[in-house]
Amino acid sequence: MPKHRVAVLMSGGVDSSVAALVLKRQGFDVFGITIKVWQEECEKVQRENCCGPRAVADARRVCEVLDIPFYLLNYSREFKEDVIDYFCAEYRRGRTPNPCIVCNQKLKFGRLLARARELGAAKIASGHYASIEERYDGGVSKFSLRKGKDAKKDQSYFLFELAQDQLCDILFPVGGMDKAAVRGLAAGAGLPVHDKPDSVEICFIPGDDYKAFLSAQGIAMPSGKIVDTSGKVVGRHNGIHLYTVGQRKGIGVAAKKPYYVVRIDPRENTVVVGGNDDLLVKEFVVEMPHWIACGGPQTSLCVDAKIRYNAPAVPAVVHPAGKAKVRVVFEEPQRAVTPGQAAVFYQGEFVLGGGWIA
Amino acid sequence: MKYALVFHTTHQTMLAEEALSLNGFFFDTLPLPKDIKAGCTLALSVKEEDVAGIVGLFRNENIVIEGLYAVTEHGWRKEAAEGTAAVPFYLDCNATTPVAPEVVNAMLPFLEDEFGNASSIHSYGRMARSAIDQAREHVAALLGADPSEIVFTGCGSEANNLAVKGMAFARLGARGHVITSAVEHASVLNVCRYLETIGFDVTYLPVDSAGMVDPCAVEKAIRHDTFLISVQWANNEVGTVQPVAAIGEIARDRKILFHSDAVQAAGKAAVDALAVPVDMMTISAHKFNGPKGVGALYVKHPHRLVPLIHGGKHERGMRAGTENVPGIVGIGAAAMLAMERIGEYPERISGLRDLLWREVSAGVSGVALNGHPEERLPNTLNLSFPGIDGESLLINLDLEGIKASTGAACSSGSIAASHVLEAMRVPAERIKGSIRFSLGFGLTEEDVRLVAKTVVEVVRRMKK
Repeated sequence: MPKHRVAVLMSGGVDSSVAALVLKRQGFDVFGITIKVWQEECEKVQRENCCGPRAVADARRVCEVLDIPFYLLNYSREFKEDVIDYFCAEYRRGRTPNPCIVCNQKLKFGRLLARARELGAAKIASGHYASIEERYDGGVSKFSLRKGKDAKKDQSYFLFELAQDQLCDILFPVGGMDKAAVRGLAAGAGLPVHDKPDSVEICFIPGDDYKAFLSAQGIAMPSGKIVDTSGKVVGRHNGIHLYTVGQRKGIGVAAKKPYYVVRIDPRENTVVVGGNDDLLVKEFVVEMPHWIACGGPQTSLCVDAKIRYNAPAVPAVVHPAGKAKVRVVFEEPQRAVTPGQAAVFYQGEFVLGGGWIA
Repeated sequence: MKYALVFHTTHQTMLAEEALSLNGFFFDTLPLPKDIKAGCTLALSVKEEDVAGIVGLFRNENIVIEGLYAVTEHGWRKEAAEGTAAVPFYLDCNATTPVAPEVVNAMLPFLEDEFGNASSIHSYGRMARSAIDQAREHVAALLGADPSEIVFTGCGSEANNLAVKGMAFARLGARGHVITSAVEHASVLNVCRYLETIGFDVTYLPVDSAGMVDPCAVEKAIRHDTFLISVQWANNEVGTVQPVAAIGEIARDRKILFHSDAVQAAGKAAVDALAVPVDMMTISAHKFNGPKGVGALYVKHPHRLVPLIHGGKHERGMRAGTENVPGIVGIGAAAMLAMERIGEYPERISGLRDLLWREVSAGVSGVALNGHPEERLPNTLNLSFPGIDGESLLINLDLEGIKASTGAACSSGSIAASHVLEAMRVPAERIKGSIRFSLGFGLTEEDVRLVAKTVVEVVRRMKK
């Protein structure tokens, strides 16, 4: 049986295409996998989306140019169970989900990693901008996760839940490159996707309109009160699932100073609004913390914490806070700590771990 | 002696040339003889003493050698290239077959010089017309029919549509009742479902656990307004051959039209309208070493059919549109070839198939055969591997160079549960672990043993 077979997760984009190219050039026995995540009926709607039929055609074309086998696997049922159901449930609870993290953990490096092993692959690879480093620690191999070399493209935030038994079988071939170099390689190799624009949206949300998506999923929530931080009713909302902490636009309440969503209270079915300053948070709780290469903090751990993909990692101290919880205290208060998003803890280039904001 | 290396793609050949030049091996290019099929029509000839070194070099460079041949004065002799990467073994002949070189040669003039329209008066037209006439005779001979009973179509699906819709549309006023089976090809099943939406009634007969329709059930399903029975000759997924003679006799006695989709049977078993009372029969060229894009319907009473495509008087008004002359010539040549081979086909191909079954079932415990143990196409072996995902097995085999299928080839490339295995009440777990091998000419006993060995190895690894 082949020893150096690698399955590459192909999205039809330039990053995963170059991942396959690089591995092929390194002499691996490479094949491409693309998963069909869309439900049959959305086939037309999502044509231009990252994971839509167009993406499948691009991935197939790239594999043809690279002369590697390509397989389209149907994971639409699993995608719905793992990702879409979670996505909807979080909004129902008044939280803001991060489906990419869940998809990476459960689908790409969960179900598909198992599938790749079943297909005789020694490793699975993707086009993520992150790096995995293997170190020997007392004779035992330990894997750590690092940021991607291209700071602007770094995707390590989306990968913080990876465990040792996943990291040992994952390759991120473009993690050590910057985007320009990736595009250059793609163009040099004649890959048809070399100038395809980067995907920035959630792949299953057409036009980035998550509210329309939720309503198409049949999700409706009762209307309720919008209150200010003192508890005074200032308006009404059409369901808490339509709000996100930090949101300013579309609250529907007229006021002299702009209102922001400060908190969502699913039990009272209220949306709490306030001024920009009300969004500043000094400390918060993180649930289900996961640590990549070391245990959690015994007393305290100094980290740089990143509370959403677009936020910088800022200094903070992590303290234990009971079972499956930690408390994070920022050095300086931060704006809009959003329940449902991940807080990821870094030390320098390394991802120590992270968890879900309570 | 010289040896020739054949590659799957031109790209691979170019990579091979580059690697040979860089490493100082002497080589030359050779055109491929007509009887050898490969993705690239050029082969690289190398010295005998270099073969071992080159095979090693290519393995390191990840260059896949499709075939290694000894170049002799009597032609090229295939050698087992020890340690070379996979040779593509094709066991998916129920999906499609390679076009026979004889068929290609027969078609070529009609893609090049003989471009005439068969309806034209002049010599080009006459040439095309005569080629079509000749092809019609060959197809009629294969089916035990008269040439006037053959309508050429664009594919098997179109012929099935023409048969079922054509007869239904002839009685749009009265509507009526159609009998078919639950294991038909989609081009019959979905036509029947469509007919239901416009007021026809359809009975979908169940099958037994071997996939067979009970002729008594056909008899019982007949109503006063039943005008058509459509039951396939043999099933594409499991190969079960239906009791078409018995069904045909029932239909004849009750004066009901009997159509049989013989797409999978033609070329593999005798499909003879003289031996079996059948009023309509569908075939498709690419299932018996002919080209894609051409099928035929045998129809005893063409005047009773309503055409699907109205227009000119082509195919005696049954199928308008300028004839696909190269395709029709191709189906004619393939029909002739099938007739020549039909004597040896069953024994030779079922021998290879049964060898595959013996070797695989000896190497893997619990493997089950789907389909009828005896009344089955000689080339079809549908197996269920317990605890194995059939799609993953299929991909694993492809990565080892072995081409098989998990039932019907699906246009989207992803796989839905087989309606045939479901109708046979095969448990879901066994459906999930099913894979179809459909053999054809071109495989040797040695090939089949190697396929079996690989299947056993892959399944054992997957079970770990």
